[in-house]
Amino acid sequence: MRYAMAIDTAKCVGCGDCVVACQTENNVPHGYCRDWIVETVSGSYPNVQIELRSERCNHCDNAPCVRCCPTGASHIVEGGIVMVTHNECIGCGACIESCPYDARYSHPEGYVDKCTFCKHRVDKGQNPACVDVCPTHCLHFGDLDDPNSDVSKALKNRNWKVLAPEAGTKPQLYFLI
Amino acid sequence: MKTRRDFIKISAAGTGAAAIGLHSLKLRGFSLLGDENEQTPASDEEMTPYPTYCEVCFWKCAGWTYVDKKGNIRKVIGNENDPHCNGRLCPRGTGGIGMYYDEDRLKHPLIRETKPDGTQYFRKASWDEALDVIAEKMDKLRKEHGPECLALFSHGTGGKLVSHLVKAYGSPNISAPSFAQCRGPREVGFTATFGEDVMSPERTDIRDTKCLVLIGSHIGENMHNGQIQEMSAALENGATIITVDPRFSTAASHSKYWLPIKPATDMALLLAWMHVIIYENLYDKEYVEKYTFGFDELKEHVKNKTPEWAYGLTTIEPEIIRRTAREMAAASPRVLVHPGRHVTWYGDDTQRSRAIAILNALLGSWGRRGGFYNPESVHVPNYPHPPYPKPKRSWKDAYPPGKYKLVSEVLSTGICDATIPNPDLDCHLRGWIVYGTNLMASLPDQKKTIAAINNLDFLVVIDTMPMDITGYADVVLPECTYLERYDFLRTSPHREPVIALRMPAAKPKYDSKPNWWITKQLANRLGLQDYFQWENIEELLDWQLKKIGSSLDEMKRVGVKKYPREYDDLYNLENLEDFEFNTNTGKIELYSTELEMEGFDPLPNYTRHPEPPEGYYRLNYGRAPMHTFSRTSNNHNLWDLMNENSVWVNPKVADLWEIKNGQYVWLKNQDGIVSSFPIKVRVTERIRWDSVYMVHGFGHTDKKLRRAYGRGASDSELVSKVYLDPVMGGTGMRSNFVTFLKEKPGNNREEVES
Repeated sequence: MRYAMAIDTAKCVGCGDCVVACQTENNVPHGYCRDWIVETVSGSYPNVQIELRSERCNHCDNAPCVRCCPTGASHIVEGGIVMVTHNECIGCGACIESCPYDARYSHPEGYVDKCTFCKHRVDKGQNPACVDVCPTHCLHFGDLDDPNSDVSKALKNRNWKVLAPEAGTKPQLYFLI
Repeated sequence: MKTRRDFIKISAAGTGAAAIGLHSLKLRGFSLLGDENEQTPASDEEMTPYPTYCEVCFWKCAGWTYVDKKGNIRKVIGNENDPHCNGRLCPRGTGGIGMYYDEDRLKHPLIRETKPDGTQYFRKASWDEALDVIAEKMDKLRKEHGPECLALFSHGTGGKLVSHLVKAYGSPNISAPSFAQCRGPREVGFTATFGEDVMSPERTDIRDTKCLVLIGSHIGENMHNGQIQEMSAALENGATIITVDPRFSTAASHSKYWLPIKPATDMALLLAWMHVIIYENLYDKEYVEKYTFGFDELKEHVKNKTPEWAYGLTTIEPEIIRRTAREMAAASPRVLVHPGRHVTWYGDDTQRSRAIAILNALLGSWGRRGGFYNPESVHVPNYPHPPYPKPKRSWKDAYPPGKYKLVSEVLSTGICDATIPNPDLDCHLRGWIVYGTNLMASLPDQKKTIAAINNLDFLVVIDTMPMDITGYADVVLPECTYLERYDFLRTSPHREPVIALRMPAAKPKYDSKPNWWITKQLANRLGLQDYFQWENIEELLDWQLKKIGSSLDEMKRVGVKKYPREYDDLYNLENLEDFEFNTNTGKIELYSTELEMEGFDPLPNYTRHPEPPEGYYRLNYGRAPMHTFSRTSNNHNLWDLMNENSVWVNPKVADLWEIKNGQYVWLKNQDGIVSSFPIKVRVTERIRWDSVYMVHGFGHTDKKLRRAYGRGASDSELVSKVYLDPVMGGTGMRSNFVTFLKEKPGNNREEVES
């Protein structure tokens, strides 16, 4: 089993609904977020392109945050989800520095926090909150080992890219282009 | 300078906003739960869902408010059975709990008082006292000047209750800025053509269209939920999107064609499109033959409106005009030239909406799949009440006889006109109730609004937040938020007739009250209790629901209920069915006999609009997906997604002015009005060099909005020049021009500390 997410940049309108849904689902504290929107503009008027991306932890196969964690608080669970055990985390911040995606933040209560792919929902067979709220249906989640999962189907007929492939992290967020 | 109604900042004790600078390109999230914060995600099974429908915007998506075992509202999730949202709320709906948890909410009734030294302030009052004061003022007004001297401005569901009260009281002056400042020209233009208007939610069949044409309509930035979902579905199905916008909008970025039009020239493009479609014989001949009136006149009218003619005006190349016209025709009848929503731009907006309607008629899209469907709503009977008294005069008496005959709703700016005394006209309004709309931001020409307010005997504001308008009130009533109250059923038309229930998920916070209670209390005090014969709104809702084969109990369980269609088909002209349109000729009027009779152009003409003076740029404004008007800027969740607006400036212009990305500037308009606050510059290739762009609804002046105060600039205060639509009184607001001030200007705002 390998959980992954595909983000359709041809559909995303950058509304930030995924960010708000994550906050209310996961009680992300004031001033922090587990997912965010990136807008990149290229070209010059009137030949302009925009790419809008909903980003979060890439739940990498080769996760530097897990490798550098001195206490083992950062770890990988079944399905490849990278998790942080809050009461084992000493808040040293090594993982924050090591992440090429800037996906982690220091929680005011002293531990490091980030996207869990809404494991508490996924365990019950639900989608992450961001996926279920997206008005454009631009987020696809599921098991890459299951050819009928949403994410497998989304990746099948489209070109995609990952972010910072040169980092060698084998990220599991796929951006449909 | 002091006026008789000084602007009062609701609390003198309020401290400045705690500025939390956190901004990169990332949209950072905020939790709302404050000291009730819980670290573990709430499991849905451990919570109780209560049905509601959203009130953060007019789309009114139905959802479920989840409440945990401690009684805390944790989240709002869309109702899967609701066609407005299909189970997915937009960021504002998802962040709607921010409205409930906002610490800056109006907490108690407030009454304006004057100290012996003349300073005015708000005194905290009990509900009984505040309601007594309002009833006394309304009674006095009714006795001394007649009930027609009262006017209501309203926005949102609760406005229906205040409307009922105002009608029972005897006044016809019930207005909403959503007409004259927003969709009015579209409704009048489409009604003149098809005999019916576009309605809300719009009857646009985006889901099934093969070609969607957006003219200045930035779906995706305006978060009209159902439309965004359908646009995404249409993209998935391979539909062509053609976006006409001087700005590279999000919709433009998802479009096959982006036409970066010179602002204020849309009419020329529309006429050229008609020219191509008619003279290349691309129109739907059977449809035009069977349903329309005035085709020959139209053909002659657009004879010289060639793409080459339009090129010089619009800067859109003739070949692109032809190619896009052919794309539309190839998709016909499953093509949709979207009527837009906020269309009060240049003062000839009814005529531009007419041109859009005509283009749709030529393409045969009205009443067709992928074009405009035929919506239907559930008829919910009114709870019995005596007939409303017949008013003897109205706001229209403030104008010469015969003016605005085609106006189908009350003009909010007309209410202002009818309040400012004029020796030649019957301007008689003396009391206003303002419900759920921040007039300082929703009406243009603030000077005029303030002049009208200063002529009032009384101004009552009912709201949940201390918006800028509340500072002008004599009495402020704090309504509880939509998550804490019942309201009338939602009955908006859709493909399937559908109703939705809103019920409270928590008790009202602070000393706030639901509007049904407020209006009933006022009615009792005014001797109008016969109009409110129900004990409480649950009794009213249950009575109504039982009349349509449901009950309050059932609706509490399901939230949304669909009914079978009773009338015509959804696509009632799909197979050229016989149909009589509600126009003078019974046909779709390409040539409008109604407009002709009233002395207006029966066929739309291109009008040249003012151009920016040297060193000035056209001020365009629009929406951000995470905010609604000016009402959400203090909502903690949404504030953190976007906590100020910026002014978009083309890099060439930025170079010329030596302005850098991220720098703050003040904007000064053609009338010398300078923005109260500085605004951050966004240097971007997404905007033309002859215009600037900003998101509406920022630059709040009330310090009591601790997060929103002073953040960004208000487009509304820079819209001092209004071009009135002669057909329906719409306020064209997009011929205002601004320039940049890099230094803080002298204080141009009159401030009265309290």
